[in-house]
Amino acid sequence: MRTLNATDADKTADLAEAVRAAKVAATPLKIAGGGTRDFLGRRVVGQVLSVSGHRGIVDYDPAELVITARAGTPLSEIETALDAERQMLAFEPPRFGMAGTLGGMVATGLSGPRRPFTGAVRDFVLGARVLNGHGEALRFGGTVFKNVAGFDAFRLMAGAYGGLGVLLDISLRVVPKPRLEQALAFDMPGAAARAWVTDLMRKPVPLSGAFHDGTRLHLRLSGGEAGVTATARALGGETEDLAVWTRVRDLTHPALVGKPVLWRIVLPQTSARPDVLHAPWDQGGGVTWLQADHVDPAIWEIAKAHGGHATLFRGGGDNIFQPLEPAIFSLHQRLKAALDPAAILNPGRMYEGL
Amino acid sequence: MLDQFDPQLDPVFASVPVARLVEVLGPLLPANGLISSVEGLRPYESDGLPAYRSLPAVVALPETVAQVQAVLRACSAMDVPVVARGAGTGLSGGALPFPGGVLLSLSRFNKILEIDPQARTARVQPGVRNLAISEAVAGLGLFYAPDPSSQLACSIGGNVAENAGGVHCLKYGLTVHNLLSVELVTMDGTLLTLGSAATEAAGFDLMALITGSEGLLGVVTEVLVRLTPLPDIARVILAAFDDVERAAGAVAEIIAAGIIPAGLEMMDGPALRAAEDFAHAGYPKSAAAILLCELDGQAVDVAEEIDRVSALLTAAGATDVRTAKDEEERRRFWAGRKGAFAAMGRIAPDYYCIDGTIPRRALPRVLTEIGRLADAHGVGVANVFHAGDGNLHPLILYDANIDGDLERAEAAGGAILELCVEVGGTITGEHGVGREKINQMCAQFSASEVTAFHAIKRAFDPQGLLNPGKAIPTLARCAEYGGLHIHRGEMPFAHLERY
Ligand SMILES: Cc1cc2nc3c(=O)[nH]c(=O)nc-3n(C[C@H](O)[C@H](O)[C@H](O)COP(=O)(O)OP(=O)(O)OC[C@H]3O[C@@H](n4cnc5c(N)ncnc54)[C@H](O)[C@@H]3O)c2cc1C
Repeated sequence: MRTLNATDADKTADLAEAVRAAKVAATPLKIAGGGTRDFLGRRVVGQVLSVSGHRGIVDYDPAELVITARAGTPLSEIETALDAERQMLAFEPPRFGMAGTLGGMVATGLSGPRRPFTGAVRDFVLGARVLNGHGEALRFGGTVFKNVAGFDAFRLMAGAYGGLGVLLDISLRVVPKPRLEQALAFDMPGAAARAWVTDLMRKPVPLSGAFHDGTRLHLRLSGGEAGVTATARALGGETEDLAVWTRVRDLTHPALVGKPVLWRIVLPQTSARPDVLHAPWDQGGGVTWLQADHVDPAIWEIAKAHGGHATLFRGGGDNIFQPLEPAIFSLHQRLKAALDPAAILNPGRMYEGL
Repeated sequence: MLDQFDPQLDPVFASVPVARLVEVLGPLLPANGLISSVEGLRPYESDGLPAYRSLPAVVALPETVAQVQAVLRACSAMDVPVVARGAGTGLSGGALPFPGGVLLSLSRFNKILEIDPQARTARVQPGVRNLAISEAVAGLGLFYAPDPSSQLACSIGGNVAENAGGVHCLKYGLTVHNLLSVELVTMDGTLLTLGSAATEAAGFDLMALITGSEGLLGVVTEVLVRLTPLPDIARVILAAFDDVERAAGAVAEIIAAGIIPAGLEMMDGPALRAAEDFAHAGYPKSAAAILLCELDGQAVDVAEEIDRVSALLTAAGATDVRTAKDEEERRRFWAGRKGAFAAMGRIAPDYYCIDGTIPRRALPRVLTEIGRLADAHGVGVANVFHAGDGNLHPLILYDANIDGDLERAEAAGGAILELCVEVGGTITGEHGVGREKINQMCAQFSASEVTAFHAIKRAFDPQGLLNPGKAIPTLARCAEYGGLHIHRGEMPFAHLERY
């Protein structure tokens, strides 16, 4: 089913040994994949535990719509394998460089423009093998879509920034590529565009992207030939190159670069927006990308007051993620202690004291 | 029988007199909110798995979140176990009462609190029936996608607790994929909001962890669900096969062709004949198996996909391929499938529904092996299941009045589940572990994995009071029943009985 790459290797035993040694010595570990997502989250001070040598696609059977690979496998290798079978990752993970790994992608839990239409990373993780803070390899979930045995700890790993376990192998549900995609652009102010997109999403329209760059609305359609063509005709607008969506996904679009500070603000699609949050948005209006010269801590409160939360994507200091309610934070601490009692796995990456 | 809790193998709690429970809990609940008479407790003795029965000390019927918090706080102070119950349709004994404990019924939380058509969400209380949501929003062109066959009766709180699936889940996802946020009361009475009306919340994904946690981590008191636009059109194909393996092969081929149907269900000969006699759906009674494949979306795309799937099915060896000619025929095709469980009553006095999931590629082999295992245990079997996602539902037919028949059915069921694990699948696709599959958990998970589950449980419920003896086995139980840990594909003595 798979031809082995020369670089493929199972490093479970070495990684487990390293975690056990770190636990005994009470040495914090900084879990590292390809390093492309190092800029996300808080700095971890610790000994580097590199997972990038633990790599290779373990199993990929296109008819099962499932791929299982080691965490150090480059995301690009996975996407190439899927592409050859006309399949893809539905949540469209951003790429911040060629070295990005599967483990880093899952640990940071970031989904791209397709997210409101198809789902998030955690929705497509079917199972994961992880090392807990004792250096034991645990397998949660599996390789099948419907599976309710045991707590879904594998979903919890998506977006936990490695703080609950070192990801070893991950099984993802994949989807067939749409037969046709088309990109459209419209001159339309942000508020009107968000209202229009919200209306469109109440109908079974084959939308797979809705991004506003500050002056123009960009839509992407994905689906069967007939449906996409008919919808494009009905919506009007100007046809554009699909490449714009790669730039939106990877945050290299001109509307998203230039200033040192970049906030990612997640709000309910239909919530009111104060003037300070008038900025480019993606995911149908669910994610606002706000650039600034300096960090304004008032943004945390504003995001919360509007039913969402904010993350300092670029240019953050010590506080990167939205502060949590005390009861929720102490639950986080208890969960961390449950899986990593010595607090050696990426301590402090998300919050101080976690 | 597993409905008997075993002090050696299950959690144990010091008993608190019923009079004391009534004295403490009575004032916290509305009038008629506490039941302690034996005849009053009877209706709560089992869920949808009636073979398992046990009486709680009392049943509490709170009406407000504050009352739920007060009851949990009081039980925590008295060290008394609590089992939450929705509609009681669960098929794994998840809502089976714990002897001496409190059964907490959420049946009075039955209001849809808010529907927001623009945001495509509904905020509902946990006791709201699954189908009631879709009915309430149909006029807005929306529906709540997860559709368990029990949707007329089961509650949304129970759906969250089980991460329920249904026919539509292949395309539209499971319960977890259709939730935005959940309000949860933990055993110490704390009310938490997990998830968010936005697509994600800050911090760990606790909402995803709660989904499918079978009432072990907290009591769900409110749910914000995501609604989906109704498709323009839905059409269904009925394909008949004279060979079960060939039908199973066709399932994999449809998916491999890049088509994700809105539903892809299979019934074998015994199941389709019983369903046909019961519902007069129009199934070909001489077939060895049928597939129902529903396609939905925009009319132009559906027409194209109907042609592609019909051609695929014919090429895969179907003897007859028919598309329902109108909405009435489509409804009839589905009525047979939806009534299939009820129809079993015509061919056997009792049935026992198994719920393993396997990779699709293993379908032909596993279906053959299920027939063999049923024969070996001297029980009948009919298969009606969610073929598109490999979620099997072998119905093991037995007669509870015949001595030893239930034990034979359980033994056959256990062997089938272990076969599912052996081929890389799981012991439960949607019905949950509950009490029923507590021993098979030891086959699917290692001792350190079970230990990790207990650690997660303790993070929410340090006293272990919520739904004890369910879902996660004690290590003592696994030492007793899980001696043969299965490593994928290397199960020792694959055909030996293991009960
Ligand atoms: C004929 C039939 C067909 C079925 N078909 C399907 C199907 O297609 N797909 C499927 O997934 N299931 C199916 N089921 C199983 C069952 O309907 C589901 O598991 C359903 O989700 C249970 O909901 P309930 O309200 O009846 O929960 P209950 O049976 O009352 O409880 C189930 C579990 O949830 C916990 N619980 C209930 N409410 C809460 C709450 N508010 N907070 C915390 N925990 C809670 C209970 O403690 C228990 O562990 C079927 C059952 C029947 C009888």
